[in-house]
Amino acid sequence: MLVFILASAMVLAGAVGVIVRANPVHAALSLVLTLFGVAVHFVALGAHFLAAVQVIVYAGAIVVLFLFVIMLLGVDKADDLSIEPFPIQRPLAAVVGVGLAGLVIAAIVRARDRIVEGTPLDSSGDSNIRQLADNLFRDWVFAFEFTSVLLIVAVVGTVVLARRTKPGPTSKAGDE
Amino acid sequence: MIAAAEPTTTYYLILSAVLFSMGTVGVLVRRNPLVIFMCIELMLNAVNLSFVALSARFGNIDGQTAVFFVLVVAAAEVVVGLGIIIAILKRRPGATTDDLADLRG
Repeated sequence: MLVFILASAMVLAGAVGVIVRANPVHAALSLVLTLFGVAVHFVALGAHFLAAVQVIVYAGAIVVLFLFVIMLLGVDKADDLSIEPFPIQRPLAAVVGVGLAGLVIAAIVRARDRIVEGTPLDSSGDSNIRQLADNLFRDWVFAFEFTSVLLIVAVVGTVVLARRTKPGPTSKAGDE
Repeated sequence: MIAAAEPTTTYYLILSAVLFSMGTVGVLVRRNPLVIFMCIELMLNAVNLSFVALSARFGNIDGQTAVFFVLVVAAAEVVVGLGIIIAILKRRPGATTDDLADLRG
């Protein structure tokens, strides 16, 4: 329970940081705090492989990608959070957030007795990885193969997007 | 007293609901497209947490496989999204989401 409280505090503090920090770099570092908190929860729940992947892929790759883009574009100066183009936007957003959380929590509390308890997963040693690999490569192997197609499409699409179009007589429509 | 009790699945689901709502609020209030992307990551993580909590509760590894796929899709989504943001912000530095309300630049 102590682990749960500490990790939840990390998650929520990081989430608040992402929302309220004016500087995008600080927001990205708060996101790292949240991701580590979620990884701690994964370890506590016995999902050891996903905890490792969470740290490597999210905290390692995705946040570094965010920081790269922030540095590349030079948008690391703080946003002016006092500007509010729509005066009612923040109260409305708060109402939406509280309402969404309240609805979902009410549903969870109502349904908590109806969750059927299954046999607990074996999380000793490397059995979590064995079970996950067994499930992934036996039951979901087509979905797994399709993720490789998705990644190829994403990489090619990004290269096409980021390609610098040469100024020339043929590309007068693309350049402004 | 409270430190002795084991956290139940309900606690994890409530934490996940709160995290998802905070991500929603972030998407609604922030105007920097990069920070909006980070808030979408918050929402994805909330869903991942509830997947893993229910996977542990049901004793079914399928939930963890779903989280694996969510991670892959999130990585692809961030790559494409950041590519689009770079393409937009190179042309219009300092643009916020309010300046980008029209598809035609």
